[in-house]
Amino acid sequence: MGILEVKDVGIRFGGLQALSNVNLSVAENTVHAIIGPNGAGKSTLLNCFVGKLIPDTGSVMFDGQSVLGRAPYEINQMGISRVFQTPEIFGDLTVLENMMIPCFAKRDGAFELNALPNMMKQKDIVERAEQVLEEMNMADKRHEHAAAMSRGDKRRLEIGMCLSQEPRLLLLDEPTAGMARADTNNTIDLLKEIRDRGNITIAIIEHDMHVVFSLAERITVLAQGTPLVEDTPENIKGHPKVREAYLGESA
Amino acid sequence: MFGLDKKDTTLLLVVATLTILAPFLLNPFPTASGMAQFNAGYPDLMQRFVIFGIFAIGFNILFGLTGYLSFGHAAFLGVGSYAAVWMFKLFTYNVIPAIIMAVIIAGIFSLLIGFISLRRSGIYFSILTLAFAQMSFALAYSVLSNPKFNLTNGETGLQVYADDPQRFHHDGLPDLPHLFGLSMRSTYTMDVGAWSFDFNAGYYLCAAIMLGVFYLAVRIFRSPFGMMLRAVKSNQTRLNYTGLNTRPYTLAAFVISGMYAGLAGGLLAAMDPLAGAERMQWTASGEVVLMTILGGAGTLIGPILGAGFIKYFENIFSKINDNVLHQWFSFMPDGIENFMVFIVHPFVGKGWHLTLGILFMLVVIFLPGGLVDGGQRIGKWLRSRRGQKEDKTSGTTTPAE
Ligand SMILES: Nc1ncnc2c1ncn2[C@@H]1O[C@H](COP(=O)(O)OP(=O)(O)O)[C@@H](O)[C@H]1O
Ligand SMILES: [Mg+2]
Repeated sequence: MGILEVKDVGIRFGGLQALSNVNLSVAENTVHAIIGPNGAGKSTLLNCFVGKLIPDTGSVMFDGQSVLGRAPYEINQMGISRVFQTPEIFGDLTVLENMMIPCFAKRDGAFELNALPNMMKQKDIVERAEQVLEEMNMADKRHEHAAAMSRGDKRRLEIGMCLSQEPRLLLLDEPTAGMARADTNNTIDLLKEIRDRGNITIAIIEHDMHVVFSLAERITVLAQGTPLVEDTPENIKGHPKVREAYLGESA
Repeated sequence: MFGLDKKDTTLLLVVATLTILAPFLLNPFPTASGMAQFNAGYPDLMQRFVIFGIFAIGFNILFGLTGYLSFGHAAFLGVGSYAAVWMFKLFTYNVIPAIIMAVIIAGIFSLLIGFISLRRSGIYFSILTLAFAQMSFALAYSVLSNPKFNLTNGETGLQVYADDPQRFHHDGLPDLPHLFGLSMRSTYTMDVGAWSFDFNAGYYLCAAIMLGVFYLAVRIFRSPFGMMLRAVKSNQTRLNYTGLNTRPYTLAAFVISGMYAGLAGGLLAAMDPLAGAERMQWTASGEVVLMTILGGAGTLIGPILGAGFIKYFENIFSKINDNVLHQWFSFMPDGIENFMVFIVHPFVGKGWHLTLGILFMLVVIFLPGGLVDGGQRIGKWLRSRRGQKEDKTSGTTTPAE
């Protein structure tokens, strides 16, 4: 049994069958990549894991519990954190404040009317946030406005915010899309580091083959809303169906 | 001090000093001088400054922090006034129970309206609050005022009559709102040479309460809750996917600001035991939006400045008439004098809204952060002039002053 079990998931948008018969099992503490051409349904599938979309058919189980019908914040509280295709951070807040918010969510749950204490005097939260910033090599930016940072830094911050919650499953949707080569390599290194630290399952959607082959232990190829094959990176590289459906197109 | 950092403590002390000294500061011109009409230090207006300050401080907790723009907050102000007058009618002229009841009733009312309105965001939220406020106005103006069930006394407005029960009222107590016997209207007038200063009990009660709730607002701004509200404004998607439920946060902010509005409404009634439906009209809701934006939404001191600014205009500019204008320009040759009066006339007296509108446009266009933004720019300019030789040390800015 994987930590994430997807069974017979299908979803339709008007006349378009965006996903059909998706079966997928992500084993605990592995990196699982989902690849496929543009429009294959990768983001749609990921949105079914986090409460943004509810599939018409099938089930999505996380650690034995269904996630379907739950709000995004509830699913996060179950232990799933998500990184977006374009970094979603709190642009008006400082980097440190950005990092403190997930720490509060982890400590206090989905809502807490903590309206009188000074937030900077919440020692445990500030310490934890500083520690993660340190790990992300962003400590020197702690008082910067998040919106003013480079895209690579925003991505780094967003990943850090997710990690500060010590999620059991980290979902990434094309984390290097639109990034310069240097930023992409930095992100790969960061993700490798996270993977090697262990105790985390990562599911990553990616278009960039370089990223996928340097990180993933298993790869699922999605084409036109259905999984084509699932295998190790070595086997995927040589797979004729994959070459035809995907690699042939971009290589 | 008081659990605040140094900067916030200074701000609080400055505001406290200004409010305590307001009777002097607002009456800078000798009573007999031609400028006396610009004096704002009379009890009625000073009370309005701080009461609408409270209203705007509360509104800012919702709008300034979360970005949810309510166009219906006057409804809570009105409800607060009605609740207070009912306390006067039924029980006692003592203002304490009246004020407490005003806050409670406004809180319940805003919980109801907020619960429904907050199902939507952006313009739809604004429209929903506006619709609710207009419904409340209609209820107060006519529906809830009929011979069988007269809650609001309609057009005339709710007031205290001689045959009201007033259960705990007895001889010896003032026949007007009072604080344990101290009438809200009692005023000590101090004459110093050509000047005259009024110290009014009602003003100081309102001022003390304003300082209290301002302090509370500072605490909220600096708290984890306040940070979550700013996060709501910044990126709700991220907040949801970070495990936080935005709905109770926005609802709490809505109810808190509704209670501030109710408090302001209660105080209005405590200063003058009357409650009318016009207090709930959409223009009144719009006014608090203007105050907050003019002063600086999301800043601590901005709403108070904005409230003072608008109330000053409303009460002082509106009193300038053609006679006064002729006096001003009397040093000019007749033809030019008449011409100047003709030019200025539309902007004063009944036309004060025009001046306010122009000022508002100028502020929004050139000082998007409101008057506080203007103050900061001047401060920065002065400092950069003074400190040209010194090294620039701190370049960081705090998001909310
Ligand atoms: N909310 C939606 N409504 C209608 N069609 C959608 C919606 N979301 C995605 N689609 C369509 O579903 C298909 C898969 O989209 P997506 O999952 O974003 O692909 P990918 O991430 O693999 O590039 C596309 O054809 C897209 O246009
Ligand atoms: Mg996509």
